[in-house]
Amino acid sequence: MQNNFIIESENLTKKFGHFTAVDAISFSVKPGEIFGFLGANGAGKTTAMRMLCGLSIPTSGKATVAGFDVYKQTEQIKKNIGYMSQKFSLYDDLTITENINFYGGIYGLSKSKLKEKTEYLLDLLKIPEMHTGKLLVSLPLGWKQKLAFSVAIIHEPKIVFLDEPTGGVDPITRRQFWDMIYEASHNGVTVFVTTHYMDEAEYCNRVSMMVDGRIASLDTPYNLKKEYNAGNMHEVFVKIARGR
Amino acid sequence: MMSSVIIENLSKSYGDVSAVDDISLNIDTGEIFGFIGPDGAGKTTLFRMLTTLLIPDKGKATVEGFDIVKEFKKIRSLVGYMPGRFSLYQDLTVEENLNFFASVFGTTIQENYNLIKDIYVLLEPFRKRKAGKLSGGMKQKLALCCALIHKPKILFLDEPTTGVDPVSRNEFWDMLGYLKNEGITIVVSTPYMDEANKCDRIALMQRGKILETNYLKNIIARYPGKLFAVKSDVMFILLKDLRDYKNSNSVFSFGDSLHYSDSRTDVTKDDILNYLKSKEHKNILIEEIEPNIEDCFMDLMSK
Repeated sequence: MQNNFIIESENLTKKFGHFTAVDAISFSVKPGEIFGFLGANGAGKTTAMRMLCGLSIPTSGKATVAGFDVYKQTEQIKKNIGYMSQKFSLYDDLTITENINFYGGIYGLSKSKLKEKTEYLLDLLKIPEMHTGKLLVSLPLGWKQKLAFSVAIIHEPKIVFLDEPTGGVDPITRRQFWDMIYEASHNGVTVFVTTHYMDEAEYCNRVSMMVDGRIASLDTPYNLKKEYNAGNMHEVFVKIARGR
Repeated sequence: MMSSVIIENLSKSYGDVSAVDDISLNIDTGEIFGFIGPDGAGKTTLFRMLTTLLIPDKGKATVEGFDIVKEFKKIRSLVGYMPGRFSLYQDLTVEENLNFFASVFGTTIQENYNLIKDIYVLLEPFRKRKAGKLSGGMKQKLALCCALIHKPKILFLDEPTTGVDPVSRNEFWDMLGYLKNEGITIVVSTPYMDEANKCDRIALMQRGKILETNYLKNIIARYPGKLFAVKSDVMFILLKDLRDYKNSNSVFSFGDSLHYSDSRTDVTKDDILNYLKSKEHKNILIEEIEPNIEDCFMDLMSK
């Protein structure tokens, strides 16, 4: 029988010298799920994400991403995932069209596919033609982040990893960004997202909370609030992060 | 009320981009004043002008009575500045960084130890560690210590909590509360709207302009019309139905509910309930609520 999970992790561990950054985490993510990956600074989120993206080989444990092994099949993983963060996304000194072409090219999209995708994206993001030739640096951050997300899924990956995608974005754009996440998830893309905005944790199907390299809790926002007797996810976060 | 900062029609452009656009306001001595807005609002440019690191194109400003252009040297010894990016010496230890900043200002760690004591004790176990090897939270504490080492009258903190988790953010604000009690005026910027309630007064910024400057409670009181938190079984469809409602003013997601504002002044919960029942929503929950800072910001943004 085929397994039904797009990400599966079993006792995944990463050590740096004597320091255990990720300590035997086990979890699985369903296709199309919006999976929130939360935790305090230094809890091990980035290290865990780097292993799942095929950028860092684990010390021990097992994991597959889109069916590929995180030890041996890192190149296949990279082809099947999208990635975007607040810090690294697009090139400021390229135009919008150049950015789309660049990333589409890297992911090996054909010329006709690239042309079709470019038109689709510009239409989707309602970017007027007069702006498509402008350098990215001149665009408002909100537009950039929405474009970065679209480019991260230009090759129609099975999973997209979003590392604090809405940091520093205004509240309206932040919500528009989540509309795009919902649409991607509706189209079957699995979304693995980190955020420091606790209202955004509520928009996830399930949320995991990392503390000191371990997954301290993992459930739906509804169940977490019930379990921790909390009114919102902010209270849940504070209780879990302090409750060690 | 004494003013520590007086800003009159201050502007700064980079090419075609107006980073700070004709800003005027006063910051009272001894208050915690927050500039709240997304990236690109102009917060950093404004801070760099007020700390005399950047010369304005137009307008003027004074800090502790001194002109930011003509009397910049006087201002530099009076202000503590913590830039948004970690800007201490990565290859110096904690102790060396502190000693360096103290010596630049002609003082010693001992002289003003009282002021930094509460923060420094948390750093002390790492005092021989290089700054570049500290965790994010520890770097932030060290940067704050360095900004305080010469006992400034006024502290400018540019996005000190960006990228910091909610628990550590709270701890940082507790430290600022303590510094305020020491009589230091604190000017802070943040993209996290919920930090507005930690400030005495706030200025909401967007694209170089100030949308409003006031106490949080006054900004909330000035929110036009009624606001409701609404939930039902199918939130996705609820959002669409509320947006399509003929009396709808705005609908935004807020955690597990939607915030809905209505264009009628005499609207009641039942009006909305009846409409949603007609759209066959189940388990509808409607509650009139007080707007929060994000509701206010989005309302001001859309004007």
